[in-house]
Amino acid sequence: MLNIKDLRVNLEDENKEILKGVDLTVDAGKVHAIMGPNGSGKSTLSYVLSGKEGYEVTHGSIVLNDSDILEMEPEERAAAGLFLAFQYPVEIPGVGNMTFLRTAVNAQRKARGEKEISATDFLKQVRERASSLQIDAEMLKRPVNVGFSGGEKKRNEILQMAMLEPKMCILDETDSGLDVDAMKLVAKGVNSLRDNGRGFLVITHYQRLLDHIKPDVVHIMADGKIVKSGGPELALEVENNGYSDILSEVA
Amino acid sequence: MASFESVDVKEGVDQETIDAVREVGGAYKYGWETDIEMEYAPKGLDAAIVKLISEKNNEPEWMTDWRLKAFNRWEKIKEPKWSMVNYPEINFQDQYYYARPKSMAEKPKSLDEVDPKLLATYDKLGIPLKEQMLLAGVEANEEVEKGERKVAVDAVFDSVSVGTTFQKELKNAGVIFCSISEAIREHPELVKKYLGSVVPITDNYYATLNSAVFSDGSFVYIPPGVRCPMELSTYFRINAENTGQFERTLIIADKGSYVSYLEGCTAPKRDTAQLHAAVVEIIVEEDAEVKYSTVQNWFPGDEDGNGGIYNFVTKRADCRGYRSKVMWTQVETGSAVTWKYPSCILRGEESQGEFYSIAITNNHQQADTGTKMVHLGKNSKSRIVSKGISAGFAQNTYRGLVSMHPRAKSSRNYTQCDSLLIGDKCGAHTVPYIEVKNNSSRVEHEATTSKVDDDQLFYCRQRGMDEEEAVALVVNGFCKDVLQALPMEFAMEAQQLVAISLEGSVG
Repeated sequence: MLNIKDLRVNLEDENKEILKGVDLTVDAGKVHAIMGPNGSGKSTLSYVLSGKEGYEVTHGSIVLNDSDILEMEPEERAAAGLFLAFQYPVEIPGVGNMTFLRTAVNAQRKARGEKEISATDFLKQVRERASSLQIDAEMLKRPVNVGFSGGEKKRNEILQMAMLEPKMCILDETDSGLDVDAMKLVAKGVNSLRDNGRGFLVITHYQRLLDHIKPDVVHIMADGKIVKSGGPELALEVENNGYSDILSEVA
Repeated sequence: MASFESVDVKEGVDQETIDAVREVGGAYKYGWETDIEMEYAPKGLDAAIVKLISEKNNEPEWMTDWRLKAFNRWEKIKEPKWSMVNYPEINFQDQYYYARPKSMAEKPKSLDEVDPKLLATYDKLGIPLKEQMLLAGVEANEEVEKGERKVAVDAVFDSVSVGTTFQKELKNAGVIFCSISEAIREHPELVKKYLGSVVPITDNYYATLNSAVFSDGSFVYIPPGVRCPMELSTYFRINAENTGQFERTLIIADKGSYVSYLEGCTAPKRDTAQLHAAVVEIIVEEDAEVKYSTVQNWFPGDEDGNGGIYNFVTKRADCRGYRSKVMWTQVETGSAVTWKYPSCILRGEESQGEFYSIAITNNHQQADTGTKMVHLGKNSKSRIVSKGISAGFAQNTYRGLVSMHPRAKSSRNYTQCDSLLIGDKCGAHTVPYIEVKNNSSRVEHEATTSKVDDDQLFYCRQRGMDEEEAVALVVNGFCKDVLQALPMEFAMEAQQLVAISLEGSVG
């Protein structure tokens, strides 16, 4: 599914290396979690994967389902099945949530040479998927993320994910700013999307999200590299002892 | 979309494909011209030309005298310089003031007799002059049931009106909708009473010029108590080169009547600038309501700022009666230079004026536009919502006056002015003038300036939209309050226009 090889990335403006050789393979059907202290490069990885400007890839490759995505525009990566649930979802005043969703779904379909979704089918799908995330009709009408609470924003990200049906989902600190109930709701949404054809990369600071979204593999990232990988027990180790033990162990 | 010139042609792509793509993505869709035999008045402007125009329209003497009075005044006054627009000095003697297709020398009795070339022109513009159901240029979408609404069209080509549709049906309702030249001949009592009563010939430089040389335009009269059975519209097309278009529109909504009026404009692509100076007068009597919507899409000039229309327009509504109401909605995407302030004189008690505006300037376009709300009557209300969008090297100014006169007790105004910048070489300016001469009125003014944010664009692109689509979505969101005020057909056209006029503004 996703294959990252020796990825080295500089911040474009500062010539400062942020990612210092990341290797990572996520197979279809698997959930990988990346944990790590602040400033380890986790969010940068998610931005570089999705094609945000401001980063310069100096070395390495990113392959998604046999295509090299480094040369692709962000929208082409999206159409190829890459989805990023943002840590800070952006507000777009005046644009209805529903309009936004429909525009996005149809843009991806168009890019893949598929027919646009009919208004009725779309409405049906949205209602269905929104209700399981406890997103009501009113929230669908409101402008994208404007005046949404932290929990609403994150649920809205998961709704977009459910509608776009991506192959590779990246969740960037989706648990930040959520209370326990909201986190459970988000986790339920994510779990319902887990299937054999879909890969997940869950970026988080804390073990608690991983209680609800059970990972197959846990990676620890520090200073721009993945320093240790293991099973779910690795996340528990972090929870109990913090990062310093692991870091001193690999140093 | 990046400029096509910089795109490398890949192997296997033929010229036809490139041209097709260019046409689809190309900025100004209406830049072609109609090859048609024209008849011009001699270049330049003097009393003889004014008389000639009057003669061509078979006008009565009182009209000729009215024009000459305006011309005499125009000769004595100077072009105003207070607006925030720069353009080379206009040589008023180097223009044609009258141009009409030769085939229109004898006015066709019905649309069937109109030169097929002219009909084809409007057809190509998406305004077929058959009595079709919808104002085209706008495809019927799934939400609009076909045949739900009718739109009557008055088509003005350079200096003359080529035809007006649905006249019979409107006549049955008692509505008069015809060209102004026809109204001068057929309904002199109405024209005499109202022409110049809202925008007098002394009003301003361009209005005075228009009063002297206006060649055609539309006339609307809605009798008391009548709700106009369909939308009325005028479509202005400038075709001839070096020719100014000076149209005059007069709308009278008698007591308790209602009309919604639409105006559209386009012109060919030329590298020399062209002058357009129109006057619109609206009279709204007691309990009457007029909605006036404009989608102005004159040629804006090329990417380097060559050519385009200089648009100097005076539009004013006089809400004379108790509870009379007027609503101006404008989407300004075209013209090299725009100087335009659709205004409301709120004379009647409890009268209402509304102004909703989207002004988009890209490349080297300049717009100085806004409104005047003059409150004279008690308890009068006005609302202004202005959205200015600048991209490229464009300058966009909102200039507005809210004036509460001593007698306009307990009146209210709310103004909201938002500016959006795309890129860092354009400018947005807001110049509100507020005068309050009584102590019971309330005036509110809010203004914001924002930039299209890279994070917003990235968010949209991560969800699959390309950059142009993302900008269009964000900008349409920004304009939503105003787009909602437009009639359905126009709203859809306007949304597309917003996207088209911002092409090439990012990346």
